[in-house]
Amino acid sequence: MSRLPEQPGERISRSKTISFRFDGKTVQAYEGDTIGSALYAAGRRTFSRSFKYHRRRGLMCCAGQCPNCLVAVDGAPGVRACTEPVRDGIDVRHMNARPGLDFDVMRATDLAPSALTPPGFYYKTFIRPRRLWPVYEKVLRHAAGLGVLPKKQAEREWRTEYRRRHADVLVIGAGAAGLRAATAAAELGADVVLCDEGPEPGGRLLAEGHHERARALADEARSAGVEILVNAPALGYFDGLVPVWQGATLHQVRAKQVVFATGTIEQPLVFAGNDLPGVMLSDGARRLAALYAVRPGARAVVATTSDRGLEAAVALRDAGVEIAAVADLRPDAAAGGALGDRLAAGGTEVLAGHTILEARGRTTVTGAVLGRADGSGGEREVDCDLVIISGGAAPATSLVAQAGARTTYDAARGVFRTGELPDAVHAAGDLTGAVGGEAVRLSGSLAGTEAAHALGLGDGASRARVQEAHRRLADLNTQAVAVAVPPAVAGGERGKCFACFCEDVTAKDIKASIAEGYDSIELSKRYTTVTMGPCQGRMCQLTSVRVMGQETGQTLEQVGLTTARPPWSSVPMGALAGRPIEPAKRSSIHGRHRELGAKILWAGDWRRAYDYGDPQGEAVAVQRAAGLIDVSTLGKMLVRGPEAGAFLDRLYPNRFSNLKPGRIRYGVISSDAGRIVDDGTICRLDDETFYVTTTSSGAGAMEEWFGWWLADWRMDVHMTDVTQAIAAVNLAGPRARDIMATVCDLDVSNEAFAYMDGKRGLVAGVPCLILRIGFVGEVGYEIHYPAAHGEHLWDALIAAGAEHGLRPFGLEPQRLLRLQKMHILVGQDTDSESTPFAAAMPWIVKLDKADDFIGKWALEHYADVEPETALVGFTMADGHVPTEGAVVVQGTTPAGQVTSSRYSPQLGRVIGLAWVASSLARDDARITISDAGSTYEATVQNKPFYDPEGEVLRS
Amino acid sequence: MPAPCPSPTRGALVMSYLLTCPNCGVREVTDFGYGGEIAARPKERPSFRELNTYNYFRRNVAGVQREWWFHRSGCRAWFVAERDTRTNEVHWTALPDQAPAAEEPSAQVPAGSAGGEATLA
Repeated sequence: MSRLPEQPGERISRSKTISFRFDGKTVQAYEGDTIGSALYAAGRRTFSRSFKYHRRRGLMCCAGQCPNCLVAVDGAPGVRACTEPVRDGIDVRHMNARPGLDFDVMRATDLAPSALTPPGFYYKTFIRPRRLWPVYEKVLRHAAGLGVLPKKQAEREWRTEYRRRHADVLVIGAGAAGLRAATAAAELGADVVLCDEGPEPGGRLLAEGHHERARALADEARSAGVEILVNAPALGYFDGLVPVWQGATLHQVRAKQVVFATGTIEQPLVFAGNDLPGVMLSDGARRLAALYAVRPGARAVVATTSDRGLEAAVALRDAGVEIAAVADLRPDAAAGGALGDRLAAGGTEVLAGHTILEARGRTTVTGAVLGRADGSGGEREVDCDLVIISGGAAPATSLVAQAGARTTYDAARGVFRTGELPDAVHAAGDLTGAVGGEAVRLSGSLAGTEAAHALGLGDGASRARVQEAHRRLADLNTQAVAVAVPPAVAGGERGKCFACFCEDVTAKDIKASIAEGYDSIELSKRYTTVTMGPCQGRMCQLTSVRVMGQETGQTLEQVGLTTARPPWSSVPMGALAGRPIEPAKRSSIHGRHRELGAKILWAGDWRRAYDYGDPQGEAVAVQRAAGLIDVSTLGKMLVRGPEAGAFLDRLYPNRFSNLKPGRIRYGVISSDAGRIVDDGTICRLDDETFYVTTTSSGAGAMEEWFGWWLADWRMDVHMTDVTQAIAAVNLAGPRARDIMATVCDLDVSNEAFAYMDGKRGLVAGVPCLILRIGFVGEVGYEIHYPAAHGEHLWDALIAAGAEHGLRPFGLEPQRLLRLQKMHILVGQDTDSESTPFAAAMPWIVKLDKADDFIGKWALEHYADVEPETALVGFTMADGHVPTEGAVVVQGTTPAGQVTSSRYSPQLGRVIGLAWVASSLARDDARITISDAGSTYEATVQNKPFYDPEGEVLRS
Repeated sequence: MPAPCPSPTRGALVMSYLLTCPNCGVREVTDFGYGGEIAARPKERPSFRELNTYNYFRRNVAGVQREWWFHRSGCRAWFVAERDTRTNEVHWTALPDQAPAAEEPSAQVPAGSAGGEATLA
């Protein structure tokens, strides 16, 4: 274990030990550790194998910014070990190495001469001979990519939720600038959300040991009412919508003003072996030491371009790391100032004008070669097990660029920072090139205050503060910055110098791409895939721009940055997909169907009982005794008001205003194009109230349709959708009346309760609306009642029907029974071209209605035109049941199709409905059905197959 | 009264935006169903060509138009919005009886189009 003594502000709790597994071996950790810090403390240096060359890679940034520590956690690949908190018992595995992390056969790709693996090598190499591509592809697919998704995943227990958050101001980044911005805006009365990818607010203050200052700033923000989201990276900027991913929640933040305070990303240096485990960014090493009390190494060499590396050297020396040498690229030995003096006083040699030329070692760093960047003078090798690099601080401009901000090149520091900003977008802190801590904080307050002003908040005092802050900031930002701009590559490329760690792109590869003509940064990006890996350019964008500038002779301003695209941070697909749910509707009687062993299938959004194991027996029971079916899925609406009848007259092609209370009428909804849209029955309850049912699948659409016309016509009508509130069952069959007589308080004789009567009464003590209709062709009572009594009434009917041979029946027998009656199913037997005339329902259209109704003009037209096709019934000559959708042919020409077909045990024949040429729409016409390569003969029949005159229904 | 809709990106083309439901307030556009441009239903018996134009043709304005919206994941009310189809900037929303008076848009056959004939049965 390489744990340090307790560090001030450390994040681990030493009293709480937990353990997890890495590649099958148990690893001890403290609560508060990340997977990365625990593994590092346990001595692990190799965390992953690289994408192409399978080189060893170790912790580098310790801030979730580089790709070096990607592991799989409990089967989920692509997790960054350096930021993922350890949880007790998790199973962590390495990625992209076979058979193991410490011996990986694919390493051969690294040892092969690099001429064999130039950029785009597989595009060039595996194209000939063409016929071998399928073989190549298999091999390449296997070799490409990083993690492996488990083929089968356990049922997901975690859920992701969307949260929509409308705020006045969103501040991205909770470093010093972001915290100040959030506080300033909130203090002026704005509703502020602040998000940060780290586990606590503070940003770089935390890595630098200023945890107390960080906490004070965070407390100020909280007191001002800022909502702070931690462990919550902003993923991108989409038209003002910023998705912020926080574990199981995807916050969709829409703010009127957005402040970007995304800070800087410490850049690596480019030299041979710059990817060896043990080469670490200065912030990374400091995070390990300060936050997790892990000693990053025993003896370190530091290579830096600014004070940042010197500060790290001092901090690490204080934490017990021997600093063997410091190479400070700045030519002036005095550049380091007091820091340099402190290091020198402690016996550390500071080499001005020097940088690192090569890191040496096989599995980890064992030495560093230092020398002058221009190659003059000698070189010397220093033994070490840690190389600390600090190649400058690149403002993280990607997110703000997505919001439309421009970037400008800051030649003094060799980085790009924000330039012109669009409306409602603000930038603060390091992003703007603020010089020094005071300027960073001040620019934060300024951005927050200006965001509040843009919202109309603030007062004279706050405006005065803005004036003053602008002046002070201008002064501060004109201070000289003591930063050296590193060369694109140092050390003359004496080995692989990685520009891009994610995709294993070396500086040489970028040069090769330029030589091949890909001489703009956007082209080179696509060809070499630099900046396109998991780090999204954090580690490689600036480097690749520098190489491009050096090779093409352009200024970096001319080269420019590649377009940054979302997502800026890695995010699981599941978080974007939202909750893994398949919404299902179940009727209030659903539990009974399950108990009865029903075959439950989808019917639109509904889970419905298709049958109870014996569809044909169930159908026969309905015709010989009685059956009970749950029809709660029907759409149900109450339409009320003085103009309710007139409203329905305008919506339906037939009349409802003359329907007597207590009576029922069937209706078909037609579009203005005269096409059938839906159907159902309407019962008039009283003068001003109609109870409208629609098809199950059309319930939602019909509610919208009714509401739409009502909104347009503005009639004195009120409609209420009661689909979910009302359960419904249909009791049908020759014994249905006997059963009703035992449970219903009404006189159910045919004289008192006739076909197409609708009455209110009690059934098993439950107040019901009972509709005497006959979808299945038998005497039937469709009983509508409060869903809360769903199972009670069902049970009562089942019990009362036991002695009469009552059986529950499902959707499948219902479909057979209605087919015998030639009752159409809208959407099954009709399509978007079907008119009521063609669908054999001319009687439903009342063109003599004086007033306008939806579809009137079209229907008037179609009434005069012989339809080309017509919906007819048919019986098969043999026992073949044609597929629904099978083609009706005339000769070899398609001339219609089968829409429904079933074997009817009652009739002993195969029956169906089909669209045929109008010339064939007469009884006894012969039609030919082509189905699965064979043709079958059938005979047309226009009258229902069962009870053609409806005597049974009315009896 | 017609309700204004927040438009943080003023003038820029956006795909994801907000609508103000006259009943519920400001919501994401994905909460709503789009009902299409408002086309006047013929008052008198139209010719068959006019009928087909009404049924099947849209003006498809590149600019400001009035249109129907439905608060599908909310109060399920239909309302009217005025939106610039080029930028998705929504100028206002209102319940139908509170919308500012406007000249009734009329369904028109696009100039030079014989498409109306194609739908004749």
